[in-house]
Amino acid sequence: MTQDLDTFRSETRAWLEANCPPAMREPIRSEKDIVWGGRNPDWAHPDQKLWMDRMAERGWTVPDWPTQYGGGGLSPAETKILREEMKRMGARTPLNSFGISMLGPALLKYGTEEQKLEHLPRIARGEIRWCQGYSEPNAGSDLAGLQTWAEDAGDHYVVNGQKVWTSYADKADWIFCLVRTSKEAKQGGISFVLFDMASPGVSTKPILLISGYSPFCETFFDNVRVPKSQRVHDENKGWDVAKYLLGHEREMISGMGLDRAGGNPLIEGAIATVGLDDQGRLADPILRAQIALFEVRMRAFSAMSERFLDELKAGRAHPAQPSMMKYVGTELNKQRHELIMAAGGSDALEWESDASAKGARPRAWLRTKANSIEGGTSEIQLNIVAKRILELPG
Amino acid sequence: MPLYLNDEQTMLRDTARDFVAEHAPVRHLRALRDAKDATGFSRDLWKQFAEMGLTGILIPEASGGLGLGHVEAGVVLEEIGRNLTPSPFLSTAVAAVEALKGTAHADRWFPGIAAGDAVIAIAHDEKAKFGRAVALKAERAGNGFRLSGTKRFAHHAHAADLILVSARTAGSDTDAAGITLFVIDPKAAGLDLRPERLADSSLAAHASFDGVEVTADAVVGEIDGGADPLGRLLRAAGAGASAELLGVGAGASDMTLGYLKERKQFGTLIGSFQALQHRAAHLYSELEVARAATLKAQQLLDSGEPADEAVAIAKAMTGLATTLAVQEGIQMHGGIGMTDEYDIGFYMKRARVLAEMFGDSNYHANALAEAAGY
Repeated sequence: MTQDLDTFRSETRAWLEANCPPAMREPIRSEKDIVWGGRNPDWAHPDQKLWMDRMAERGWTVPDWPTQYGGGGLSPAETKILREEMKRMGARTPLNSFGISMLGPALLKYGTEEQKLEHLPRIARGEIRWCQGYSEPNAGSDLAGLQTWAEDAGDHYVVNGQKVWTSYADKADWIFCLVRTSKEAKQGGISFVLFDMASPGVSTKPILLISGYSPFCETFFDNVRVPKSQRVHDENKGWDVAKYLLGHEREMISGMGLDRAGGNPLIEGAIATVGLDDQGRLADPILRAQIALFEVRMRAFSAMSERFLDELKAGRAHPAQPSMMKYVGTELNKQRHELIMAAGGSDALEWESDASAKGARPRAWLRTKANSIEGGTSEIQLNIVAKRILELPG
Repeated sequence: MPLYLNDEQTMLRDTARDFVAEHAPVRHLRALRDAKDATGFSRDLWKQFAEMGLTGILIPEASGGLGLGHVEAGVVLEEIGRNLTPSPFLSTAVAAVEALKGTAHADRWFPGIAAGDAVIAIAHDEKAKFGRAVALKAERAGNGFRLSGTKRFAHHAHAADLILVSARTAGSDTDAAGITLFVIDPKAAGLDLRPERLADSSLAAHASFDGVEVTADAVVGEIDGGADPLGRLLRAAGAGASAELLGVGAGASDMTLGYLKERKQFGTLIGSFQALQHRAAHLYSELEVARAATLKAQQLLDSGEPADEAVAIAKAMTGLATTLAVQEGIQMHGGIGMTDEYDIGFYMKRARVLAEMFGDSNYHANALAEAAGY
């Protein structure tokens, strides 16, 4: 077994070395370096497509999914090795997608065979870009307080309502969406449906954020016809799917920005701006101490992520553990970007210059402020930990 | 190797948990303190640890030990921490065993450690803060050496059967090379050991070496090559102290959560207040992160991979998390947490001592920064 894994590691390393284009081993510097795929892909560099296609061909965009659904069919140990080898050489993630991190796992658990065969391979190949229709105006953290109504019309539903904070809805091809199919019970009256964003009656409007970007949208449904065959799991049982998917979302967000393939921009940035003293130490001793203590937490959290994934694969993780991971990971990410800004000084404030890559640093810093709000606020995560793990009284 | 305890390690943890909780709960510490016990720990208990095989946990089977690793040693240390058990386990069964492993002194001392007869102390610190400098001089004298200088914070040294001492045989104080590790008889002429009682009621000695003479066979490993056994010692001790500290934090946290679930104010359980729930959940998160970092360091030590940075992260993170655990412990207990009668204060005192031992969070964060070149 160990020998098999050693062989797998050396073969994987050789394949990655031969197939990962040099440009895809550069650190991610801004939003445009992230590949989302979809019907109208936005390639910032031709190697992005090359790298995504090569990985997809091996099923390695989703290495642990079964091969019949476009995955690599790798065991947990092999998946871990692949990730380690990619990290070792600084390889970028070939394809980022809510389909991979959120919908895919939910379909694997709750989808029918037809639904799996229809959607999963296209997610794996980066052909369809998905968005998530959860949040609604006035609902906020009260996720089950949703109003979007799906009326039963025989073989299909007619959906009316509005979603908000729909990430990249204006760029997405399909949506996975929570709709109300019964007004009898709050959580027990929700269904989970999938539909094409090109369906008649769907419209989106970007929301401009403090970062100057609009990754989020308001999304409107006006008599949208959704075939019942596109409902995942039973009618009124959508909350089960939603909760399962949220666990994956939290896990994903907790790791966001903490993967530092190819160097440590925080430390490199601080050295570039502040300089080192004659003892080789950052010339601002308080900034140095802040960075050092942050690095302790960050690297300890890295071990926590590894432990969580190992426990998850072995079926030993507490189901509420993603809430803890999300809470710690996002707070750390915010702290990291505060330090990046402090280390950068006035250079880090430039908003439009080419030298600043059109303000990549301040925009990324502002973006992280949403980390502890989206996917359930930090306060919601702490509530979940307190009640479900620590079993404190209600 | 997955980053959680395997079945055998979980069984060992359960055994250690039952054993330590039964034989050395917090009231054992309280009794020793109230009696102003001059040894500071129980030799009988040390013997019981040996009967369980635990004192030989890191000693190879061929030398009469269990031949287990740092993960297993950490499992025992966490229970020692959870129960605030005064014990020479960290200095003797972990730090000293790792330093002596593979040297000529192993055959002489391992059977005694495994049998629970020998206690070994570590004399490395020279200043109030742990550091890399070693100034205590060992000058060649005839066939042997003559040691002069001072050490401090040497736990159990006044009651030990052997003391491991780091000394300068070449170079200047802060050089990594030119250190030699010696085994010293605590009763050697010219060695003055003055035990001082610390805040947690443990005893650590100030040691004055006034021309203490030792023969050449007192050297552990190579002359001027002490960095090697001392490095093993400090890595093992750092990971071990992290595990014990984690146990202190976990014990304090358990006690506090228990209190939140039973104490009523304003006619309701205080554990239902969101302000306290959020702080408890934050504390849980910090301890879990520290736990992962500690296990990572132990696994790397056991696999023989470079572990310096992982040990530094573990010691720094357990220091941060456990400090939070004991502070929140007293605060959430309110006034009763300030009384000597209640145990939570004992956790705060022990956490402070362990946080200093083998380098505090700042020391290890600084070491990480140096390794990363800033």
